Amino acid sequence: MEYFAIIIGAIFVNNIVLAQFLGVCPFLGVSSKVSTSVGMTGAVIFVMTIATIVTYLINTYVLVPYQLDYLKTISYILVIAALVQMVEIILKKVSPSLYQALGVFLPLITTNCAVLGVALLVIQKQMNLMQSTVFAVATGIGFGLALIIFAGIREHLDLMNIPKGMKGVPAALVTAGILALAFMGFTGIV
Amino acid sequence: MNNWANFTKGFIKENPVFVLLLGMCPTLGTTTSAINGLGMGLATAFVLIMSNMVISLVKNLIPDKVRIPAFIVIIASFVTIVDLLMAGYVPALHEQLGLFIPLIVVNCIVLGRAESFASKNGVLPSIIDGLGMGLGFTFALVLLGGTREILGSGSIFNYKFIGDNDGMLVFILAPGAFIALGYIIAVINKLKKA
Repeated sequence: MEYFAIIIGAIFVNNIVLAQFLGVCPFLGVSSKVSTSVGMTGAVIFVMTIATIVTYLINTYVLVPYQLDYLKTISYILVIAALVQMVEIILKKVSPSLYQALGVFLPLITTNCAVLGVALLVIQKQMNLMQSTVFAVATGIGFGLALIIFAGIREHLDLMNIPKGMKGVPAALVTAGILALAFMGFTGIV
Repeated sequence: MNNWANFTKGFIKENPVFVLLLGMCPTLGTTTSAINGLGMGLATAFVLIMSNMVISLVKNLIPDKVRIPAFIVIIASFVTIVDLLMAGYVPALHEQLGLFIPLIVVNCIVLGRAESFASKNGVLPSIIDGLGMGLGFTFALVLLGGTREILGSGSIFNYKFIGDNDGMLVFILAPGAFIALGYIIAVINKLKKA
C-alpha cells in the first residue's frame, strides 16, 4: 500500500514535469514527435533509476558518515555525468539494438534537471533504498506519460490554424498549462 | 563587439528565457511571486558571473577533452557557496526556492555561457557577459513572477492593491506558470516583428 501511494503520487499527483517543473527543457525540446518521446522516456527511466540508487548509496555510506553533506551537489552531478557516459559505453557493447534506440538521448540526460532533482528529493523525503528505487521508476514513468501525451497533442497542433505570434513555443506552453490543469484533477488522491 | 553591446544583449536580443528558451525549470518553478523570481534570478546571476570569470581565467589550463566535467565542477562549487550563503542569511527565501537552488548546476544557461562564451573570451568580457545574461534572466523572472503575482494574488512585491480573495488562484499554481509564460513570449514575438 505504501509503495502504491508512492507510485500514484509520483506519476499523477506530483507529476515531475507538470506539477514540479523539473525536466521542462527536454519536455519542450524533444516533444514534437511521439516516436522520439518514447525513446527519450526509456532513456530517462533507465538513467534516473540507476542514478538514484547510486547517489543514494553514496549519500548513505560516504557523505553522511564522513559529514561531507556540503559536497552533495558536486558529487551528485559528477556521479550522474559519469554514469551517463558509462551507461552509454556499456549499452553500446552489450545491447547495440537498445543503444540504437536510446543512443542520441543519453548525452542530453546529464543536463536534465529531473534526474538530479529526483536524486535530491529522495534524500529530502528520507526514503529508504527500496522506496527510492520505486519512486525513481514511477517518476520516470510520470515524465514519460506527460511527454508522450504532450507530443501527441503537438503533432495535431502543427496542423491547426493559430495566430502568428502564438505559433511554436507560446502555443506549446499554453497547451502544457492546460495539460497541467487537467493533471491537477488528481490532487488529493493520495 | 564592444562592452556595452555585450552587456545589453542579455536583456532583449538574446534574453535567456524569452528568446533562447534556456533554464525553463527554475523560470516556471520559482516565479510564484516577484520576490521569489528576484531571489532566484540574483542567485543564478551570481553563479553565472563567478563561473564565467573563473572559467575564462583557467580556460588555457584545462585540456579540451575534459573541459565539460571541469566546467561542471567549477559551477557546482559556486552553487554550493550560494546554497550555503542563502541558507545562512535568507533562510525564508531559501526555504521557498528549495530544490531549485542546487538545481542551478544543471541550468542550461550557466553551462551554455561557459561553453559558448567564457571558454573563448578574456576575463573582462566574460564577467560582462555573465552580468548581462544574469540580469536578463533576473528581469525575465521578475516579469513573469510579477505577472503571476498580480493575476494570482492581486499584489506586487507583497504590496496588496486588490481586496482579499480577488485573485485568480490558478496563476499561483502550476498551470498558471505555463500559460503566463506562453502569453508573455507571444507578446514579445509580436513586438519583435512590429
